[in-house]
Amino acid sequence: MSSIVSPTVLGAPSGRRERRVPGGHELANASRTAQRRQRTDRLATLLIWSGAALALLPLALIIGLLLVRGSAALSVAFFTELPDLSLPSGGGIANAIAGSALLVGIASLMGLPIGIAAGLHLATHPHTRLSRISRYLSDVLNGVPSIVIGVFAWEVFVRPVGHFSAWAGGLALAVLLVPLVARTTETVVSLVPVELTEAALALGFPRWRTSLQVVLRTALPGIVTGALVAVARIAGETAPLLFTAFGNAFWSMSPDEPIAALPLTIYAYAGSPYEGWQTLAWGGALVLLLLVAGLSVVARLATRRQLSRVGAGR
Amino acid sequence: MIVTTAGALRFTDFSVWYGARQALHTVTIAIEPGIALALIGPSGCGKSTLLRACNRMTELVPGTRHTGTVHLDDGEIHAREVDVRALRQRVGMVFQQSNPLPRSIFENVAYGPRLNGVPDGSELTDRVTEALRRAAIWDEVADRLDDPALALSGGQQQRLCIARALANDPEVLLLDEPASALDPGATQRIEELLYDLRGSVTIVIVTHNLQQAARVSDRTAFLYDGRLVEVGETSALFTRPREAQTEAFITGRFG
Repeated sequence: MSSIVSPTVLGAPSGRRERRVPGGHELANASRTAQRRQRTDRLATLLIWSGAALALLPLALIIGLLLVRGSAALSVAFFTELPDLSLPSGGGIANAIAGSALLVGIASLMGLPIGIAAGLHLATHPHTRLSRISRYLSDVLNGVPSIVIGVFAWEVFVRPVGHFSAWAGGLALAVLLVPLVARTTETVVSLVPVELTEAALALGFPRWRTSLQVVLRTALPGIVTGALVAVARIAGETAPLLFTAFGNAFWSMSPDEPIAALPLTIYAYAGSPYEGWQTLAWGGALVLLLLVAGLSVVARLATRRQLSRVGAGR
Repeated sequence: MIVTTAGALRFTDFSVWYGARQALHTVTIAIEPGIALALIGPSGCGKSTLLRACNRMTELVPGTRHTGTVHLDDGEIHAREVDVRALRQRVGMVFQQSNPLPRSIFENVAYGPRLNGVPDGSELTDRVTEALRRAAIWDEVADRLDDPALALSGGQQQRLCIARALANDPEVLLLDEPASALDPGATQRIEELLYDLRGSVTIVIVTHNLQQAARVSDRTAFLYDGRLVEVGETSALFTRPREAQTEAFITGRFG
């Protein structure tokens, strides 16, 4: 490379090959270049930092606001009592917390086995026609707005029986859960090296035992994490519950009746004219946030513990 | 040297297709019990296919079909009544990349016997110990059987995989380039181990390393383009090849 560009042009790369003792003005140029680069570096760092901070700002504001407004609502009564308009505090939202637990429980019992089984099939038989079709459909289902899932659940589970119920709400959430879990399960199971499968098969393992004892067992921490994250995600869904679980101002643990749920309670009370109920909504939002965050943390811890123990233990 | 009488393999007019591509063309070869046979040839010549046909691992590839027969001792391995799981326990396999399962050293070797219904206890411990001894790794792992298998070095992992295959007390041991990912020291240990195993189990080993083939095998088969070109005593094949293609390959003119 010959020196086409004069080194006096700031920042231009010097293509000089020959060694020369630098003269005074060249040293000055070099230090000016260094200064300019340092400035550019600081500016870029500042821009990136502020970009990241700006992106995190809404999250910090939401959490901060929820902590301030929501913690004011928290009390023993908040967790143990029903909503009561006659009290200035508005009572509690015990029914919504229990209802959400029941709804998520129903959804998990139905959705997790189906989703995990589907994901396992997708990963172990990736190229069959069934796999191709179900992979495509679960991607489509993942993209369907949750309110549409709610309408579907209403048509299938509510209209035929003539009333809202926890069953319908749980089923709507399960419909959301299945494609989420299927895809995360597929991802982590297909990460299990094919050499492990071959090792087991070459030892004389039947296919099904290879799938269960080698593939599933190796991928288990990832599957658990995926399932927990998916459950946390559906726990916060409101739209599918609007015309399935419907909500309930009273205590109900019957899966056959309309049931209260945290997102529904927040939705209903945040828009109410009573200050006590608005406070309840803030408290409910905080509880929901803590539940979801808690599930994510548990998922993280489970993964980390399993990762550090890979291969250990008999 | 104890010479086993079980573990004879006989391929007769054996061909394999992966979909439309034919990987083996009417191969006929007899492998006597207790010998070590090396399969050599350029990449893609069908060595691994021939190896994997011995325990029907070729069937894992969708769209595989075959013609001809393979006899293990007196039984046709593709016969309807053959249980492929039992076959794979009689014909053990070690892969190019060591593949211990992410469990303890003990667990890895105990997999085979457990599958055969050996309960936890002294019998299982004995089986595991014996397999580890035969695979020349016992001295290195005796005091840490509960450690994760993945904590072992590459060479140790490969010998553990050999022990895992030996724990089923197989008649045939298949090895697919078992030392190609190992350093010279670890390779030497594997070769010594294979040398010691001769006579007690039929060994079929695929290798790209001709010196290795010469060191560990009694007989060598040269495959080219899915066809068996030549098979004979290792010393004879390397010094006085009958076929021009064999000579060209072992003198490094192609492949």
